[in-house]
Amino acid sequence: MSNRANSLRTGPDEHGHFGIFGGRFVAETLMPLVLDLEKAYEDAKKDPAFKKEMDYHLKHFVGRPSPLYFAERMTGHFGGAKIYFKREDLNHTGAHKVNNVLGQIMLAKRMKKPRVIAETGAGMHGVATATLCAKFGLQCVVFMGSVDVARQEPNVLRMRALGAEVRPVESGSKTLKDAMNEALRDWVTNVHDTFYCIGTVAGPHPYPAMVRDFQCVIGDETRAQLMELEGRLPNALVACIGGGSNAMGLFHPFLDDRDVEIYGVEAAGHGLDKQHAASLAGGKPGVLHGNRTYLLMNEDGQIEEAHSISAGLDYPGIGPEHSWLHEIGRAKYLSATDDEALAAFQLCSRLEGIIPALEPSHALAKLDRLARGRPKDHIIVVNMSGRGDKDLASVAGYLNKKMSA
Amino acid sequence: MSAVTRIDARFKELGLEGRAGLVTFITGGDPDYDTSLAILKALPKAGADIIEVGVPFTDAMADGPPIQASSLRALAAGQSLKKTVAMVREFRTTDNTTPVVLMGYYNPIYIYGVEKFLKDAKEAGVDGLIVVDLPPEEDEELCLPAMKAGINFIRLATPTTDDKRLPAVLKNTSGFVYYVSIAGVSGAATPQTSNVIEAVTRIKRHTKLPIAVGFGLKTPEHARAIAAGADAAVVGSALVEAVRTSLDGKMRATPNTVKAVTDLVSALAEGVRSARRKAAE
Repeated sequence: MSNRANSLRTGPDEHGHFGIFGGRFVAETLMPLVLDLEKAYEDAKKDPAFKKEMDYHLKHFVGRPSPLYFAERMTGHFGGAKIYFKREDLNHTGAHKVNNVLGQIMLAKRMKKPRVIAETGAGMHGVATATLCAKFGLQCVVFMGSVDVARQEPNVLRMRALGAEVRPVESGSKTLKDAMNEALRDWVTNVHDTFYCIGTVAGPHPYPAMVRDFQCVIGDETRAQLMELEGRLPNALVACIGGGSNAMGLFHPFLDDRDVEIYGVEAAGHGLDKQHAASLAGGKPGVLHGNRTYLLMNEDGQIEEAHSISAGLDYPGIGPEHSWLHEIGRAKYLSATDDEALAAFQLCSRLEGIIPALEPSHALAKLDRLARGRPKDHIIVVNMSGRGDKDLASVAGYLNKKMSA
Repeated sequence: MSAVTRIDARFKELGLEGRAGLVTFITGGDPDYDTSLAILKALPKAGADIIEVGVPFTDAMADGPPIQASSLRALAAGQSLKKTVAMVREFRTTDNTTPVVLMGYYNPIYIYGVEKFLKDAKEAGVDGLIVVDLPPEEDEELCLPAMKAGINFIRLATPTTDDKRLPAVLKNTSGFVYYVSIAGVSGAATPQTSNVIEAVTRIKRHTKLPIAVGFGLKTPEHARAIAAGADAAVVGSALVEAVRTSLDGKMRATPNTVKAVTDLVSALAEGVRSARRKAAE
C-alpha cells in the first residue's frame, strides 16, 4: 500500500472536492442541514459503538459477508480470465443499496430525525430505505419518477408493503433525476424533522464520501476473500455505473493497488450516438444536484434526458469521485448498450443460474472484451450489484418488442 | 464593491421617498422571447421598482410548480442564457435606471463561462445576480468574480440561516439581501407576517444592506404587510401564473398576456406603496 501522500484514497478535501469535482452546490436553506450532517457523520465515524452496531446489523440483518463466487461456466464460455462475482444480489433486499442505507438510517436515528426521504430509480434504493425505516421505526417517503413507477412495479409494491409512502414524480423526464429534484424540494420544505437518504455517491458533500465509505465493505470483503481463495489480488475489477455507488464500493479499497485494473461500465442506451446515460462518454463537467461532475447537457447547460433500459442507470450524471478517477486515468470507463446488457442478462441467467439485475448486466456485457483471450490465471471480479427479479417484466416486454419489430 | 449600481441608487431613492420597493420576477422568454420582452418593458411603468429576470433551467430544484412550468415554457420556446442576456440589452435601450437582476441556477452560467458571462451581462446592463445553488461555501465560483466585475451578488438568507451563520452569508453580499420567508420552494406556503418581520429585524442587526422579502407572496395584501417591515417585497410565482392563465390552449401568448401581468403588478405596487412603514413613523 502506498504511503498517505501518494494515496488516491484521501479525498475529498475539506470542501468536499475531488480535484475540481464535488463541492456543496445547494440552496442556502439546505446548507446548515448539510453542515450538520457532515458533523454528525464525522462524530459517528469516531464512535466505536456506531461501527459495532453497524457491523452487527450488516451480519445479522443484511447477511454479510456476501459470497465471492467463482463463475465457472461464464469463465469457460469466454475461455480466458477467471471470473468471480461479488454477490451483492444476495444481500437482504437484493442489492448493494442496503449497505449505504443502513449507515444513513443509523445516522438519522442518531440525529433524532423521525422522517426519512429518498429518491429512487430502479426502486432498489427505495426498497432498502423502506426496509431500514421499518426496522428502525422511522417514517419513510420515497420519490420515484412516474416512468419508473410503471417499469418497476414489483418494487413499488414492496415499498408499500414495508409501510413507505411512494410519491410518483410527474415533473421533467419523470425518472431518477426528477425524483432527486422532488426529494430536494421536500427536504427544503421539511428542514426540521427530515433526513435525506441519498442512494448513490453523488449530491453535496458529505454524501459522495459518506455513501462511498458505507459501500467500501464490498471492496474490503472482496480483498480478504480473494486473498483467502487465491492468495492474491485480482487483475481487474468491473462494475456498472449509474451514480456509481456499487462501483465505488468495490473500487475504492483497491485504488492504491496500481496493478489492479479498474473498469466502470456506463449505460450506452440505444447507442452513444443516440439517447444514452453515459455521462463520462457523452457529457462534460457541470453542476447539478449539489455537486460538480460530468453531466449530459446541451450547449446552454440545460440537462438532457438520459436513457437506459435499466432504471437504476437512467441518470444524466455520475458521482464526482468517478469524474475525478476518469480524469486522472486511474479507472477506465466503458459503456454497454441496452442490447448488450440484455444479451449478458440472458447469458448469465442460463450459464450460472443467477438472474442478474439489468444494472450489473452492463458490467457482465464487457466480459467478452475483458475476459476473452486473457490468460487462465488472470482474475476478474465483477460486482453482481443486484438481482434481476424486478426486471423480468421489462426484459420480457423488450424482447417481445424486438421479436415483433 | 466600488461603483454605485442601479440597485444601490434605487434603494437610496426609495429611502428618500420613505417607502418600500416592489421587486417583480418574470422568467425570461416565458411564454416566448417577444412577449417576455414586452412584459419586461412594461414593468417599470406598472410599478416595479426592481426587476428579476429568471434564467430558465431544466432542473429548478428550489422552485415550486409555477416557476418550474414557466421555465419549461421558456425553454420550449427556445430561450437560453444568451437570449436572456440579449433581452436585458434590448430592455436597456428603453430604460437605463430600473435595476435588473438575473436569477437562476449555476449550471447555465458555468457552461457559458463565468468570465465571458460577467462581461456580457455587465455590458448588457445587468446589475445583480441571484444564483440559488451557490452558497457562501462556493464564493470563489461566481460571487467574488462578480464583485470584481461590478455586479452585485445578492445572497439568499433563509429561516435556517441562524445568527451564527448570518455573518458568513452576508460577508460578500451586495445590493440587497433576499430573505426567503419560508423554508420551502417558491410559490408554496404563505409566510406569517410576524415571523418575517422578526427575521428581518434580526438580519438588520447584522447588516446595513436593504432587505427584500420573497417566496409565497401572492396578493397586494401580502405585499403591503411585508412592505411594512422590509425594504422591498418580491413577487414571482403569482406573476408567472398570471402569464400562464392568459395563454391559449396551445400555451401561446394572447393579446391579454402583457396586460394580465401589468395589471397584477399595478395592484401589487399599490399595496406596497400604501404600506405604513415602521421606519417612517
